[in-house]
Amino acid sequence: MADKIPNTNDNLIIAGRSFTSRLLIGTGKYNSFKETRSAIDASQSEIVTVAIRRINLGQNPDDPSLLEFLPSEEFTYLPNTAGCYSSDDAIRTLRLARELLDGHNLVKLEVLGDPETLYPNVVETINAAKILIKEGFDVMVYTSDDPIIAKQLEDIGCCAIMPLASLIGSGMGILNPWNLEIIIDKANVPIIVDAGVGTASDATIAMELGCDGVLMNTAIALADNPILMASAMKKAVESGREAFIAGRMDKKLYTASPSSPIKGLIK
Amino acid sequence: MKIYINGNIKEFIGKKITPAELIIKLNLNGKRFAIERNGEIIPKENFGGIDFNDGDKIEIIGAVGGG
Repeated sequence: MADKIPNTNDNLIIAGRSFTSRLLIGTGKYNSFKETRSAIDASQSEIVTVAIRRINLGQNPDDPSLLEFLPSEEFTYLPNTAGCYSSDDAIRTLRLARELLDGHNLVKLEVLGDPETLYPNVVETINAAKILIKEGFDVMVYTSDDPIIAKQLEDIGCCAIMPLASLIGSGMGILNPWNLEIIIDKANVPIIVDAGVGTASDATIAMELGCDGVLMNTAIALADNPILMASAMKKAVESGREAFIAGRMDKKLYTASPSSPIKGLIK
Repeated sequence: MKIYINGNIKEFIGKKITPAELIIKLNLNGKRFAIERNGEIIPKENFGGIDFNDGDKIEIIGAVGGG
């Protein structure tokens, strides 16, 4: 009888919370809440990011809201600080988010440095992280792929470090796998690639490198068929994770090795 | 009195208004939001117990799609 595929019982643990899926999904840029929900269902993600903005006061009171499409019984919200360029703005946004979400304290901190590249301002990010952690937030933090900064953010007490693969919304994929490997090697908290994934193979590469998860938005929302891409991303993250745990063969440069026996060749 | 709501001036009759009264006037009953006055969060349990006054800057925020 053949051996079964081992059950790895491989949950992602973030700040004591346990998740089956290692794919985290953003909720921006979709055509409708219905499409957002359908894509998230196809991705089987459990953690969804949301942005915090002024409420639209002119709206019809019967109009549904994003959170009604994504009820808190089914999803873990990850309120973000997208659009914040200072630690003060980011802290203010997340305090409001905690009030909005009835004390929910798991958040995504990002402090941007430049509206053109949306590259993180790591100095402001570190300042904000220190204060938020003191105030009892569980901080998942978006940062550059600088291993020293990643370690500093961990030492401050961030519960997950989320380095960029490439610029937010660029779809350029993983531009510096070497830095990600250093970050992963040194880390004692989950490393989640956030930003830059363009297609399924990018997500697989991130997971094969040993990332604990992948966070993406645009790669799914701006695909021609977001729901199919969401399904592809689910499989991509899962196969990358399985390949990482399985342990890849060593690379043999310039040396071939036949897969079929040399002995017993028909002559 | 005039107060600023999400950056826009709104005029109300009287000298004060509670957050709870404001929510009804803005048709936000049953919606999910958080309120800040002059940079300070007003906890939900205080919505009936405080007054907004002339010149207050009120922010009413909610969750929207984002990555």
